[in-house]
Amino acid sequence: MNQQSSIWLPEAASTIAGDVDALFYFILITSIILFVGVISTMVYFAWRYRRRSDADRPEPVYENKLVEASWVVFPTILVAVVFIWGFKVFLEQGIPPPNSYEINVTARKWSWTFTYPNGVVSADLHVPTNQPVKLRMTSEDVIHSFFVPAFRVKADVLNGRYSYVWFESPKQDTFIVACTEYCGTSHSDMYSRVIVQSQDEFDQWLSDNMDDGTLTPAERGQRLYTQQGCFACHSLDGSVAAGPTFLGLAGSVRNFTDGTSAEADDNYLRTSIVNPMLQIVEGYPPVMPGQYAATLSVDDIDALVAFIKEY
Amino acid sequence: MSDTSHNYLNAKKGLWSWLTTTDHKRIGILYAIACGAFFLLGGILATFVRTELGAPGETILGQDEYNQVFTLHGVVMVFLVIIPAIPGILGNFVLPLQVGANDVAFPRLNLASWYLFMAGALMAVCGWLFVGKVDTGWTFYTPYSSGASNAVLWLTSAVFVAGFASIFTGLNFIVTVHKMRAPGMTWNRLPLFTWAIYATAIVQVLATPVIGITMVLLFLEKLLHIGIFDPALGGDPVLFQHFFWFYSHPAVYIMILPAMGIISDLMGTFSRQHVSGYTFIALSSVAIAFLGFLVWGHHMFVSGQSALSSIIFSMLTFLIGIPTGIKVFNWVATMYKGSVWLKTPMLYALMFLFLFTIGGLTGIMVGVLAVDVHLHDTYFVVAHFHYVMMGGALIGLIGGLHYWWPKMTGRMYNEKAGVIAAILVFIGFNLTFFTQFFLGSKGMPRRYHDYSEFLETFPEFAALNMTSTIGSYILGVGLVMILIYALYSLVRGPRATANPWGACTLEWTHTETVPDEHNFHDTPLVTRGPYDYHLADDVFGPKKES
Ligand code: HEC
Ligand code: HEM
Ligand SMILES: [Cu+2]
Ligand SMILES: [Cu+2]
Repeated sequence: MNQQSSIWLPEAASTIAGDVDALFYFILITSIILFVGVISTMVYFAWRYRRRSDADRPEPVYENKLVEASWVVFPTILVAVVFIWGFKVFLEQGIPPPNSYEINVTARKWSWTFTYPNGVVSADLHVPTNQPVKLRMTSEDVIHSFFVPAFRVKADVLNGRYSYVWFESPKQDTFIVACTEYCGTSHSDMYSRVIVQSQDEFDQWLSDNMDDGTLTPAERGQRLYTQQGCFACHSLDGSVAAGPTFLGLAGSVRNFTDGTSAEADDNYLRTSIVNPMLQIVEGYPPVMPGQYAATLSVDDIDALVAFIKEY
Repeated sequence: MSDTSHNYLNAKKGLWSWLTTTDHKRIGILYAIACGAFFLLGGILATFVRTELGAPGETILGQDEYNQVFTLHGVVMVFLVIIPAIPGILGNFVLPLQVGANDVAFPRLNLASWYLFMAGALMAVCGWLFVGKVDTGWTFYTPYSSGASNAVLWLTSAVFVAGFASIFTGLNFIVTVHKMRAPGMTWNRLPLFTWAIYATAIVQVLATPVIGITMVLLFLEKLLHIGIFDPALGGDPVLFQHFFWFYSHPAVYIMILPAMGIISDLMGTFSRQHVSGYTFIALSSVAIAFLGFLVWGHHMFVSGQSALSSIIFSMLTFLIGIPTGIKVFNWVATMYKGSVWLKTPMLYALMFLFLFTIGGLTGIMVGVLAVDVHLHDTYFVVAHFHYVMMGGALIGLIGGLHYWWPKMTGRMYNEKAGVIAAILVFIGFNLTFFTQFFLGSKGMPRRYHDYSEFLETFPEFAALNMTSTIGSYILGVGLVMILIYALYSLVRGPRATANPWGACTLEWTHTETVPDEHNFHDTPLVTRGPYDYHLADDVFGPKKES
């Protein structure tokens, strides 16, 4: 079940991956046999019956009923086998075990956030090993798709409804999560990680990250920065993403596309979050989402401002 | 071309005579010029896409530019090349000749269809230049496209307008085949190319309105904010996908059936043998034209559609796949005890068999539910559909163009150049697209501007992408070479004879080297089937006793 990657498939790191792979290889090998059969016959005929003279006029050959029947029967049996097999594994893929641990997933352009039952929010997906995990997923904007190649799971993530995937990983390691439904500019940067940990490490991580009411505003701001997906567009280390970096932002002079400029004081930061279209920073497209005024509380916004000022 | 004889090319002179022509052969040539130009455009865009992906990180295009370029590439190749090209060029030129008619049933409608096609195409290209660049992908999925700039409306209107061209062409062919066959041209004497174009025409007429309506709905939603697809307005985003694939799956038959028709004719002519399974090929094409409407949901296995629908769609996909497999067996069997002549068109026919078989088998892989969950929206799907659309439909078209070239132009191309180009295309194509199967099954998603993040886990992605990019350049060189020797042949090519391949269908046996305006001097009387080489003493001379 826990096999290494081959030239065809990535490492198999979930309980169902082995079943998917077995089917994949069955079809692959059958296909190769069929392909080699067809193409070598083709090449053989092309050579064996090559034209020898312009005047060649072979006698017509008409269909042989027996051969034709075998062409129908044989492929039909093959596809019936792969269909039924594929259907069985598909049901396994689709039905989470009743004891699954549930995590909420929110996708947006262009980031993922994972919310745990105790309120912990994270940009990476931490999960315990050997424990079925069920993700309840929804999107804040367009359609995205949650894909972990090593687990062989994928499901579209839609706005206004839930979709689900489940998996159980026997392997403690880190795996890539990618978005596979085209969603605009940074679609190809919409990554996250699944970090599979032992139950103890996982529990430790969960309690370390729990908000017990003693956080400073800047620490709360840091969480919101992850939870709300600001990190997808704003870096903390000076690198440029879809939006300007927060490094050195507070107190600097901002130039806007309308030719005006202003100093980035608390009020400016606040306005930039609640009304991003008011002033557009020069050199950036007006793509910052406008919903934060509605979704963030006054406290949240204060916390974010405090957080930004730390950089 | 200064032919001494009187023919459709020199019957009237001047640009105006071409732009107002109702001669099906000239309209075919108009389509050839237009589709050729769009293919060149689409191809240049493809090299941009591949160059960007050749090395990790950003190389020549930014994220947004990349997204715009792959969108335009897809739209141009699908809507302006693969869908219209074979019916537009070869359907127009060959079908009336093959049934023994002097034109299509509605010649003026035929010209109108070319103008509509051009209007749609120019709307797409001019919209791009002057209105705005679209980055939704050729699939225009909502709600992404609902939120995109209004330039998307231009592009979808362009698709809408070009759709009517497709409907008009389809109508014309259906009526022509029903009403204008020459005496003796019974249904079971129709060449398989004509059968295929006929089946395609049915799909064009039935399916194209659906994409038209979908585009109108998108338009209404964006302009009037009626909630149809956009969840923010109370619409259903998945509904769009249903509508879209309800057209676009049948559309894959609009792309592939005509190419299958070409391959049937090529296999017969260049094997000088009765095409194995004639009746089956003819009738299953028509059956697929209808049944192809029932499998659209196989594009949506991970979209959240109900498991039951997915299961039914998967099953129907296989049922429809079986006849396609049988056709491949039939084409191979046609060579059995034949006399196989490996000229350039036949090389393309064999190349089609090679590539299309890979495309079809990987179609089975992505049709299997559990496996598709892993492969969907990765490069595996990209490789699959390029094997069928380019390796199948386009290679078929190129083979067909070589085959009918002497009839269209009165000239021969250089056979040696033809063979070299075919080899380059074959090698380039496989390097470009076979590598993408590995990329996809390992997990590289499609529509990705960059794959650097994957390199840590999959360092081989760099080499695979590089190989694919180099392959695309080789492919490009092969295709440009074809263009060059084709143009050279127009001016300098040796004169062709009326039936250089020894074919037995009417366009070769009953017309001049280059047909005149009215195709036939006298209405042909058909006395044998299209592949009855043993009866064709008129073509080969009286049979020697052996
Ligand atoms: C989709 C990308 C995106 C997301 C997500 C996003 N922003 Fe922005 N943001 C931008 C862009 C682009 C700009 C610059 C253009 C402008 O002024 O609107 C910007 C500007 C800003 C500015 C002003 C920066 C300056 O250089 O003057 C602040 C402050 C800011 N965002 C805070 C946030 C916070 C806090 C969040 C999360 C709650 C967030 N942004 C989420 C894209 C984003
Ligand atoms: C044996 C026949 C075939 C089968 C069983 C088959 C099956 C499939 C399936 C199941 C998909 C969806 C995969 C996914 O998105 O995960 C698909 C995608 C596709 N197929 Fe095929 N296919 C076949 C032949 C063809 C042919 C002949 C064409 C066109 C000439 C074609 C064109 C496409 C295209 C364009 C897509 C992807 C479209 C997109 O998502 O952009 N297929 N095919
Ligand atoms: Cu995405
Ligand atoms: Cu399909």
